[in-house]
Parts: sequence; C-alpha cells; structure tokens
Amino acid sequence: MENIKIAIRDFNLHFGSKHVLKNINIEFPANKIVALIGPSGCGKSTLLRSLNRMHDLSPDARLEGDILLEDLPLLHPRTDVVAIRRKVGMVFQRPNPFPKSIYENVAFGLRLTGTHTEADIRTRVESCLQQSYIWEETKDELQKSALQLSGGQQQRLCIARAIAVEPEVILLDEPCSALDPISTAKIEDLLLELKNRYTIVIVTHNMQQAQRVADFTAFMYLGEVIEYGPTDQIFNQPQQMLTRNYVEGHFG
Amino acid sequence: MKRRTFWDRFYHRLFALAAGLCVLVLLGIFGMLLFNGFRFFESVSLWSFLGSSNWNPSAWGKATYGIGAMLWSTLLVSLGAMVLAVPLGIGTAAYLSEVAPGRVRDWIKPAIELLAAVPSVVVGFIGIVVIAPIISWIFGLSNGLNALNGSILLAVMALPTIISVAEEAIRSVPNTYKEGAYALGANSWTTLITVTLPACTSGLIAATMLGMGRVIGETMTVLMATGNANAMPHGFFDPVRTITATVAIEMGEVPYGTTHFYGLYALGAILFIITLIINLLAEGIAAKFRKQGR
Ligand SMILES: Nc1ncnc2c1ncn2[C@@H]1O[C@H](COP(=O)(O)OP(=O)(O)OP(=O)(O)O)[C@@H](O)[C@H]1O
Ligand SMILES: [Mg+2]
Repeated sequence: MENIKIAIRDFNLHFGSKHVLKNINIEFPANKIVALIGPSGCGKSTLLRSLNRMHDLSPDARLEGDILLEDLPLLHPRTDVVAIRRKVGMVFQRPNPFPKSIYENVAFGLRLTGTHTEADIRTRVESCLQQSYIWEETKDELQKSALQLSGGQQQRLCIARAIAVEPEVILLDEPCSALDPISTAKIEDLLLELKNRYTIVIVTHNMQQAQRVADFTAFMYLGEVIEYGPTDQIFNQPQQMLTRNYVEGHFG
Repeated sequence: MKRRTFWDRFYHRLFALAAGLCVLVLLGIFGMLLFNGFRFFESVSLWSFLGSSNWNPSAWGKATYGIGAMLWSTLLVSLGAMVLAVPLGIGTAAYLSEVAPGRVRDWIKPAIELLAAVPSVVVGFIGIVVIAPIISWIFGLSNGLNALNGSILLAVMALPTIISVAEEAIRSVPNTYKEGAYALGANSWTTLITVTLPACTSGLIAATMLGMGRVIGETMTVLMATGNANAMPHGFFDPVRTITATVAIEMGEVPYGTTHFYGLYALGAILFIITLIINLLAEGIAAKFRKQGR
C-alpha cells in the first residue's frame, strides 16, 4: 500500500474494565475505501469512533497506543479535537440531520469557524449538495426542514454536511442499514465518486456492499482484526478459518 | 384465582372512584365560580368590569368594580417573574442535563425540588425583610415593596417547575443530534445553543407556560411583598395589588350575597380562565413536542 493516510499502532481500548479493542495494528491508504466487517459487538463502531475521538464523550473509555493521521497523533492529549473532527468527518448509522432547513444543515459546519461570508457559504452549500447528488431533488426547497426528506435523501444530506467542511477522511458507520436498495445504490455510487478526493472507512454488515465499494476489507472478531487485505482476497481466498466462516455466512 | 379477580375488581373500582371524585371536585369548583360570577353580572355590566381600572366596592352609593388595575398588576408581576425565571431556569436545566457531573447533579436536583417546598408565606416574609431593603437601597426608593419585589419572589417560586420540565425536554433531544454536531467540530457550548436547545423549543415553551401558570395563581407571596396598592401601576417600582391578593384580602370581610361578594367570584373566574388557557396551551405544545421527540 503506497500512500498511508491513517496508521493505527498497538491500539487498545477499554470501556471501564471491558477490553473492547485488542492490539489493533492496521493502516488505511489514501483515496481508497476500506470496509470494516465482522459480527455484531466485535468493535467496528468503537474502532471507527476512535478515529475522530468521539470517545471523548464517554468518560469510562480508555485509549492506549497510537493513531496517526499522516503526521498528526490523533490520541495525543494536546492535539486539538476540533481540528481532528474537521479533518475526519463522520456519517452515522441513522441519518441524523439537524432539525433545521436543508441549507442550514450543510452550512452548519461552515458557520462554526465564522470565517466564511454568506456568499461563500451559499456557493459551498450548492457544491456540496451537488457532490452528494442531492442538489437536483432539493434545489427548489433549500429552506424546507431536513426532517421532511426521505431517509435516503437525509443520509445523502448528512454526507453533504460532512464534506462541507472539507475533511480528509470520511467515516461511515453502516450508512445504508436504514435505507431501501435504491437509496443504498445511490449512496454507494456517491462513495465511489468521493474516494477520488477523500479517504473513506465504512462499517457494513452487508457483504455485497463491501465487495461493491471497498478496495480493502478488514474482518474483525471479538475486538481483534483477524484479517486485512484487498477486498477480493478477503472474500475469495481468506487465509483464516474465522474469516472464511464469516464471509460464507456460517455465523454472525 | 377467584380471590384475585375479586381484589382486582375492587382496586379497579376504588381507583376509578378516586379519579371520578377529582373530576367532580374540579367541575364543582368551576361551576361554583361561574354560577356566582354570573350573579355579579346581574348588577354590574361586563364592560364596566373589564373596561375600568377602579376597584372600589365599598364607596358609599357609587361602588365601582373595575378589574383593569388588578389585571395589569397581575400581568406585570407575572411577566417580570418570567423574564427573570426563564433564562435562569433554562440555563440551569441545560447545565444539569449537559454539563454537570453526576455527583453535582445529585446534590443540586434535590435542592431545587426543596425550593418548591418552601411555604409561600415564608417566601413573602423573605421578600419583606431581605429583598425589599435591597431594592430600596439599590434603586434609591423609599419603599421596596413593589412589583419588582413580587417578580423576584415569584421567579424563585417558578424556577423548580421550569427547571424540571426544561431539563426533561433537553434530555429528550436524541443523542444523535449532539453527536452530529460534535462530529462537525462543534464544541459543547455551540452544540447546546445551535442544536440541542432549538431541537427542544416546544418543550422549553411548555416549561415556560407551566411556570407562568404557577406564577399567576400565587397569592400569599404577592400579597405580602408587593405593597398592596390598588391603583394602576406605571412600572416595576410601583406598589401593586394582584387579582389573587384582592380576593384573599376582601373575602374575609365581605357580607354574604352582596354584589361585592359575587364580584370576588368573578375575579376568581377570570383567574381560573387565564390559568386554564395557559395550561391548555402548555399541554398542546408539550403534546406536539412529544410527537416530534423521536
Ligand atoms: N460507551 C460504551 N460503554 C461501554 N461499552 C461499550 C460502549 N460502546 C460499546 N461498548 C461495547 O463494546 C463492544 C463493541 O461495540 P461496538 O458498538 O463497537 O460493536 P459493533 O461491531 O459496532 O457492533 P454492531 O455491528 O452491532 O454495530 C460491545 O460489547 C459493546 O457492548
Ligand atoms: Mg456498530
């Protein structure tokens, strides 16, 4: 793998006395899509949320080891968490647009810094909605509440909202699990488009989805990364018995 | 098995009876207010009641029954109380639900609930001996018993209601909204102001309304601390007399069955209608907010 965007070294995470992530060593290449798969409760979301320091919100989480975003040590206490979150955007399992207008949802991240003029914000909102393939559907009703959109539209809006602040990495935690197949296909197309500009890490329970979008796939089990490699290899010639059983649908 | 169904049915009936009794009492009160209030309007026109600000039932030969000054006093004191209590209450609720560590919350919450248990006569007393001198000192007035004093005390009395309802509203905001804001790089203050509070606006409005209902009906405190002057107030530094205070003062000495007697019922009916409207509004908004909640 040529260009490493994120490197995770000897990473362990505990919730209280519970050892949730064990000795994670993995690297995510730039401008590729990496899928995290594995049975429920194996720690996929926990690993993903370590990458933008979301665990800062849970007082009993204890993180050890190193996570590097290029040269930036994400876990270092002196690294500014706000800066991290602007470099590492996140899209959640359930679409969670704010109860504001479509326009304000995308503008939210831009307004936080207070450095953008209104005209600047307007052009950026439009361009992000276009990049997320939701512009055509919403351009005439940008002032409508985002909560009135369909689930699939809401999720594309959340992606637009995430890319508005120009992150380098986008994390997605089962972004399609609440969506119908057509909306899912749209999001997958969108991800393939976005990987030209961003590094993408996606958690998914959908084996077909992983095979359709991911360049690399990591299989996790009980808090460990069991196997990591090109998606094709993980699904067709897995080296580990556990991986084979999982991708062939024998458990999980 | 048989025994159980007997007791089941017994308790069922008992509770139904209790609930029925409550409704009956409420209807009885409302009926009595309306009935006696209507008797008042046999001798005084609705127009002179609502349109005049002069309440002087004992003037010989030319008694007047105008609610204007009292109504305005009640609204003035209540609005002042809300201006003080709403920001403070919502701020406290936000602190308790979003910022305070568990241990701090465990101390502050019972303290606030205890505040609701202080008898209103004690609050009024504090108004006279503590707040009044402070007000007259700060603003250079000869007397600190005025509308402002009443507003301050009522604000304190409305706080427990406002805080607990607002805290519940803030807590009900889905965590995913907050996470969405944090993930975009918002800090906790920005998240609270731009996402969390706007997401529960209707709950905060309900908290305000319920606090308002509590404030408008309060009697003893305002009776003691607002100076008891039955005249149109021109501002917060004027002494006032609210509707509740008037009823409380005059009910004891009014001859039974006179126009004045029925007039006090009419005042009660007006108060009842005001609080009813506020409660219905609060209920309606709260219901809308519960539906939005998820
Ligand atoms: N805040 C928390 N406090 C304590 N334990 C937690 C917390 N979050 C997650 N866990 C535990 O960590 C383990 C991993 O959870 P995680 O959500 O990462 O699993 P997952 O692989 O994403 O599962 P799923 O596929 O169901 O989403 C679980 O056992 C879970 O109970
Ligand atoms: Mg998960």
